[in-house]
Order: sequence, then structure tokens, then C-alpha cells
Amino acid sequence: MTISRQAFLRLTGLAYLGAVARKAIGAITGPRWAMAVDVAKCRTQQNCTKCIVACHEAHNVPSIPDRRHEVRWVWREPFEHAFPGQVDEYSSLRGAPAMLLCNHCENPPCVQVCPTQATWKREDGIVAMDWHRCIGCRYCMAACPYGSRSFNWMDPQPYVHNPNPEFPMRTKGVVEKCTFCSERLSVGRPPACVEACPEKALVFGNLADPHSPLRQLLAARQHVRRRPELGTGPDVFYLT
Amino acid sequence: MFMFEKAVTGSRRYWLWIGALAIVIGLGLACYLRQLQVGLMITGLSRDVTWGLYIAQFTFLVGVAASAVMVVLPYYLHDCKAFGPLTILGEFLAIAAVIMCMLFIFVDMGQPARVLNVMLYPTPHSMMFWDMVSLSGYLVLNATIARVTLRAEREGVKPPHWIKPVILLSIPWAVSIHTVTAFLYSGLPGRSLWLTAILAPRFLASAFASGPSLLILLCLLLRRISRFSVGREAIQKLSIIVTYAMVISVFFVLMEFFTAFYSRIPEHTESLRYMFFGLDGHTGLAPWMWVSMILAAASLVLLIVPRYRHNEKFLVVACGMVFLSLWIDKGIGLIVAAFVPSPLGAVTDYTPSLPEALIVLAIWAIGALILTVLYKIALSVREEPLRSAAPPVQVEVHA
Ligand code: SF4
Ligand code: SF4
Repeated sequence: MTISRQAFLRLTGLAYLGAVARKAIGAITGPRWAMAVDVAKCRTQQNCTKCIVACHEAHNVPSIPDRRHEVRWVWREPFEHAFPGQVDEYSSLRGAPAMLLCNHCENPPCVQVCPTQATWKREDGIVAMDWHRCIGCRYCMAACPYGSRSFNWMDPQPYVHNPNPEFPMRTKGVVEKCTFCSERLSVGRPPACVEACPEKALVFGNLADPHSPLRQLLAARQHVRRRPELGTGPDVFYLT
Repeated sequence: MFMFEKAVTGSRRYWLWIGALAIVIGLGLACYLRQLQVGLMITGLSRDVTWGLYIAQFTFLVGVAASAVMVVLPYYLHDCKAFGPLTILGEFLAIAAVIMCMLFIFVDMGQPARVLNVMLYPTPHSMMFWDMVSLSGYLVLNATIARVTLRAEREGVKPPHWIKPVILLSIPWAVSIHTVTAFLYSGLPGRSLWLTAILAPRFLASAFASGPSLLILLCLLLRRISRFSVGREAIQKLSIIVTYAMVISVFFVLMEFFTAFYSRIPEHTESLRYMFFGLDGHTGLAPWMWVSMILAAASLVLLIVPRYRHNEKFLVVACGMVFLSLWIDKGIGLIVAAFVPSPLGAVTDYTPSLPEALIVLAIWAIGALILTVLYKIALSVREEPLRSAAPPVQVEVHA
């Protein structure tokens, strides 16, 4: 095939325009989901578990009493456990609640190590899971530096007390974790935990949009991320 | 078939041994069926310590498999004639060890029925993919080499020329399997115990100590129970390899200690502290690690002093100590301790459950069975009158 010089220029010009346009459109339409946790607001509700219950009920997460076999998508830890070495003994953050969930990292080590691509990074930033592909090697659990992943050491079904028929039930032998409620996002609803929080302490939003409430919050308030030095780029921020 | 007819004739003692192995395998199989049914909850693993004995055995055995290179390399590259009769034993040991590795990975999987997914969705950014590639390649290489050279030996002819490049390829390949296995661990951002560039060298050093010491023990055993005898020279040469490798291995461990404890970075000291002293009152691993350390030190005395090393009675003890010490280090400590403390600072002890231990034993028994059968074939070939007139005792491929 031969292309005249003019046609070539036209083509490259078009391709360039196309790329620019895609980028511009991407900035408007392609979201990058992230979350901010307002620690002070969360702290006002000492024994609240509403977000946990909402998430675990929506996603058929089993309530297994044995701590060793526990499965959890979102849970609470004292701040100093979630941020080891970052909270000194004089800090007012000691004992403050840190709601923990998968950070949907920008460079997720779990995705890097998974030998079957059963966990992968979506365009919108969500680190997703395919429970039908996972072979249960638990390599991702060794790789995640946040303890965000749970393994089904046994059949979870007997431990799911109010099964939600809309959401798949996992089997024994697969890994699971928070999915940022991708099933709800796809129908335009916010994540279950965000909706359930009475204090509005969980703010979910689009990092790609500079005008999103999330971005404005991050611009205005001091915040930390878990173990930023590892370069994983967590997309869950803690407003302190 | 691969001369398997040689494995189905044997003495009463042979069959008793096979029978004993079969019983152990049967017990483990029963436990595994139970694990298949109810899940990995029957093991001692937990959400914090997600890998245990299974993966640790895998790691240790990759080393044993790789160590075949320590007889193949001197024989084929340095023309060390004494290792001639040993190469086939080394290669068979590698075959048995690789198969055990694969079984250990398999029993560790939550969804073993989906094992083919690793091949259906090849993922080059996962080290586990490369581990699978290198291990299966190594198995094929060793099986081919052993088969071709043994057949040539039986026929009393020289092995075909094309086998030489295959043998040479197996040398770097052996190094690669253990390097890739170290990469499984050393590339993970949150596990400080593993996140060290010295992990692969350390793996190789300990492999080249534990594998050849096992081979020495096996040779001496064969000398007692069969007419096959590896010369004294070969044993002594192997023992020197064990000595150097063990010295280097211990040296590497001390390097880890220095870096962690002199820098005093908590993240780097915690797992080591857990291993040797315990954390928050959890001292489960410490006795094991100290036994491993003491065995290593004692074995070094026996190995380094020539008078002891030259005495086969002491050598047996030294090799036993090396093997046990490194087995504790790699087959228990190094894998488990990296999970303690957890990313959230939790200290969870791991104690293997009985069914888990039985499954582990069964896989070792399968390895022993494979090794027995393969060694039986090799020995029968050596003991039977040659088919042709030429009487080479060693496998010669020097063209
Ligand atoms: S928090 Fe853990 S599980 Fe979630 S994306 Fe990051 S590495 Fe993966
Ligand atoms: S356990 Fe599943 S998701 Fe995790 S690395 Fe293995 S196959 Fe991938």
C-alpha cells in the first residue's frame, strides 16, 4: 500500500486529534473511583457498625466467629494498627477508628502476582475479582500489604444469615475482598457502606474530576494514606 | 515404558518398604479427600498466616531439585570423572523433588480443579507463572537426560550427541528454578522478611548444601543395601561442595541479622525477632529456629575440620544435620515467619494440624516412592550384564 505525503499527514493529524479528544472525553466521562474516610466524623459514633453490616449483607459476606477463618470486606481497626509507625504515643489519633477496606491501589501488587488474572485493575480504578477463575493460591494475600483480602477456608454459605439473592455467593477455596460496589455503581448508586453511614463519614467520588466533592475535600483537608512509601498508590484516603 | 519392568521385581525388603510408603500415602490421601470436601480449614493456616507447611516444603524441595546441578556441572563442565556414576542419581533426585514440589503447590490450592487456569490465562507478570514454566521445563529436561543416558548405558553404547546441549542447558535451568522461586517471595512490597535481594542467593546456597548432603546420605545408604557403590572420591568431593555451600548459607543468614538489627528498623527486625525470640509472648517458632542454628553450627565444625569430614561416620552425621537444619529454616521458618506480624500488627501462631501434617508426610512418601523406583531402575541397569560387549561403567558423552 502506498500513501501520499498529504494523506499521511492527514491521517496522523486525525489520529492525533482522536487521541486528544479521547483524553478530553475520558476526563469527563472516565471516572477514577476513590474514597475518603472522615476519621473525626466516624469517631463520633463509638460502636457503630452500620457500614460493615450494610456491606456484608449486600455481598453475602459470611460471619465466621473463628477469627482465624474470618472473611471481611470492611472492618474497623485502631488507627495505630492501620498506620503502623505513623501514630506516635502522644497522638490524638491513637485509638481512633480506622475503617479499613481494599485500597483499590493504583499499582496493586495483588494484581501483579495473580497467576490467572482472577483479580485485575479496571479502567475506572476498581480492583475487581473473578470468583470463578480464582484458583485459591492466596498469592494475592501474601502480596497485599494491607491485609485487605480474605480467603474462604470453608464453605461460606452456612455463615451467611440473610443471603442476598441478587449477589453471588462464593464457594470455599477462593479469595474475596471489597469491590467498591461495582454492581451498585453500574446502576448509578453509591457503595453500600457510604449509603449506610449515618455521619456521612465515608465520601465516595471521582478522582479524575477536579470539581468532584471528593477532590475538593482532599484539597481542603489533611489526609493520609496507608503505607504510601510502598508505591502502591492507595485510593482510600483518611482525613485526619 | 521407561524400564519400569525393573521396578516390579525385588526382594522382600524392597516390597516391605514400598508397602510402608503406600500406607503413609493412603493416610495422606484420605486426609486430602477430607480437605477437598471441607476446604483448607482443616489445616492450621489462617487469614494472617496464609501459607504454611505446604508452600514451605515446596520451597525447600525446589532447592533439592536444583542441587542436581552440583553433580552435573562438575562432571560435564569440569570433567570430574568421579561424579560419573552419580549424575543419574542426581537427576533422578531432581525428578522426584520436582514432582513433590508440584504436588505441594497442588494441595495448597483452594480450587485445585481450576489448576489449568494458570495455563489458560498465562500471566507473565506473575512470578508463579514463571515458576510453573521453569519447574515443568526442568522436569522435562531431567527426565529426558536420565532416560537417554540410562538407556545408552544399558545398551552399552555412547549416548547420542544431541543430549550434550540438553545437559548443558539443564545447568543454568537448575539455577533458574530456584531463582524464580525466590522471586515469588522477594518481590512482595509488604513482607519485609522476604524483601531482600539476598533471598535468591541464599536460596541457592542453602539448596547446594541440603541437596548434595541428601545425595551423600542416599549414596551411603545405597552402598549398604545394594551392590552399587559410589567411590569414596565422589563422596568426598560432594562433601566439599556441602561444606562451602553451608558456610555461604550461614554467612548469608548472618548478613540478614546484621542489616536488620544494626539498622533497627522495626519492620525488618520484627519477623526475625518472631522467629528467634518470639513476639508478644508468641514463641512457637523459636525452639525450632534455635535447633536449626545449633545444627548448622555443629555441622560446620564436622564439615570444616578435614579429619571429621574424611571420616564417613562423622560425615553422615554432618549431612544429616545440614539437611535437618536447612529443612527447618526453609521448610518451616522462612515462609511462616514472613506472615508475622500481619500487616495490621497481629501476631498469630501457626501450628500445622494433624491432617495437614499427614498430607505433607504422604507427599514426602510419594517422593520416596518415586525415588525408590527410579533408583531401583538405575541400579538394575548397572547390575545386569551389559547387552553389548562394550563395558563403560560411566556415562560418557564427551564428544
Ligand atoms: S489494598 Fe490490597 S487487595 Fe486492595 S488493591 Fe491494594 S494490594 Fe490489592
Ligand atoms: S488466590 Fe485467586 S485472586 Fe488470589 S492470586 Fe490466586 S488466583 Fe489470583
